[in-house]
Amino acid sequence: MSVGAKLLLVGLAVAALGVLTGFYTWNLTYAGGSPVYTVPVKYVNGHPVVDLKIQTVAAIGSKLSPNPDWVSYLVRTKDGTWKRETVWDLPANATIHVTDYNFDGDSGLRNPVFGKMYGVSAGSVQNAVYLDGKVTSAIDPTTASHVFAVSALGVVVAFQGVPDSAKNQCGPEAPCPLSNAHTTTEFTFHTKGPGHYRWQCFVPCAAGWIDGWGGPMQTIGYMDGFLNVEA
Amino acid sequence: MAAEPAATRPRDGISHGWRVVAAWLIVSAIATPLVAVVLGPHLPPGNASTQASQQVVDNTVITSIVTPVICLILVFFAYSLIYFRAPRGATVLDGPPLRNDSRVQIVWIIATSVTVLFLAGFGTYELLQNGAGGGQGPSPVAVPSAEKIPVQVIGQQWEFTYRYPSFGGFETHELVLPADTYITFHVTSLDVVHSFWAYELGVKVDANPGVDNVAYVQTKGPTAFHLRCAELCGLFHGYMFGEGRVVTPQQFQTWAARQRVLYAPITKYLPPYSTTYLPDPQERGG
Repeated sequence: MSVGAKLLLVGLAVAALGVLTGFYTWNLTYAGGSPVYTVPVKYVNGHPVVDLKIQTVAAIGSKLSPNPDWVSYLVRTKDGTWKRETVWDLPANATIHVTDYNFDGDSGLRNPVFGKMYGVSAGSVQNAVYLDGKVTSAIDPTTASHVFAVSALGVVVAFQGVPDSAKNQCGPEAPCPLSNAHTTTEFTFHTKGPGHYRWQCFVPCAAGWIDGWGGPMQTIGYMDGFLNVEA
Repeated sequence: MAAEPAATRPRDGISHGWRVVAAWLIVSAIATPLVAVVLGPHLPPGNASTQASQQVVDNTVITSIVTPVICLILVFFAYSLIYFRAPRGATVLDGPPLRNDSRVQIVWIIATSVTVLFLAGFGTYELLQNGAGGGQGPSPVAVPSAEKIPVQVIGQQWEFTYRYPSFGGFETHELVLPADTYITFHVTSLDVVHSFWAYELGVKVDANPGVDNVAYVQTKGPTAFHLRCAELCGLFHGYMFGEGRVVTPQQFQTWAARQRVLYAPITKYLPPYSTTYLPDPQERGG
């Protein structure tokens, strides 16, 4: 084989490796293990506003995941169905109203500081949320079920768990209907300029994994994801 | 027995060795001052702290010392390409045998020994000045005598949080430091191994669970600096970054007072300040 042919083969192999690496990196960082959901945007006086409804469940079930016993977030899509999609396209410099319905019990925070609401507002009250309609700036960290935190935006919200004694607990198949026992947390935050922001839970809530931090805590599409903030 | 081929000498009669040495000295005399004066001030990590500035000096010294070494390699390489190249079409002949030269060996041993020993001594001296911004473990050796403000850095997957024990023990998500002040960083982790890297401050300290890793830094004027985790720590290691601020002492006092009030609802739930924390795994029973 001539030197030119060898060089061509090496070049093609390097190019193919580059394409595969690029695809892997894009898939890992942009979409990860989750489809991208483009959240509908309303414009109020020209300002982009988004209503985001999510729920957190103790077990995703077999209909929505090959890992039915994994804890997970779900998002209500524009057709009203709940999907396990944790990568969301959002507009830049927008107001994001979030409502979380938490159907899971408490696990407790490893670091209690994440029990303090931060970077969000409940109406005009800064660094607070509405927890079942009541303005709340922090919860007892031992009662935390999950956290929604976007570190790069300085957003931290802890969701209170459903008491073990509550009746009508959600079963092993998500999504959970609102008729099941749940806590409701409402809050507002603002996106900044375009960027790729990761979000995650800070409660060690992965049942059966070492320190509660494996499986769904280390796999995009369950307890973490991205905000693709676009201009 | 056939005679060994003699080494070819250049037409000017000066040996290859002396020509290489002469070229090396000339190139080094030009390059070394350029590296020290022009490149040196731009070497990392910056000048946000006394330690960082000293690291710039250290990097300048090391780079300046290594410059003649690199010059020697490059000069010899270039000289070889030019003078030891076989003419196109010439018969390939074995060169003259290599023989030891005790003068070259002595010079080589002395030069490299002096260089290495100097760097070892210089590095040790610099480390003992104030720790050079590095983690010194729970029992630091190089302890600055100045008054210091303790700041605890707590690593967890995947964010650093910061606790201020001398301001009521509040814990925050942002790192703010007063200017012209000595800071004692107590770095630890709640889960896996992280590494706290405050780039422009010249601070890089491993965050190990159950270990209090201490580092000292003296801030300079108000500025911003980058924060990163420098230890592969899981899924979002690459997103474990942020920005810290050095502000005036008055601004710092105001900020600390606000944070103390803001975080009061959760401070009461924090464990008492300790150099390390080993929270229960809190693994869910499923």
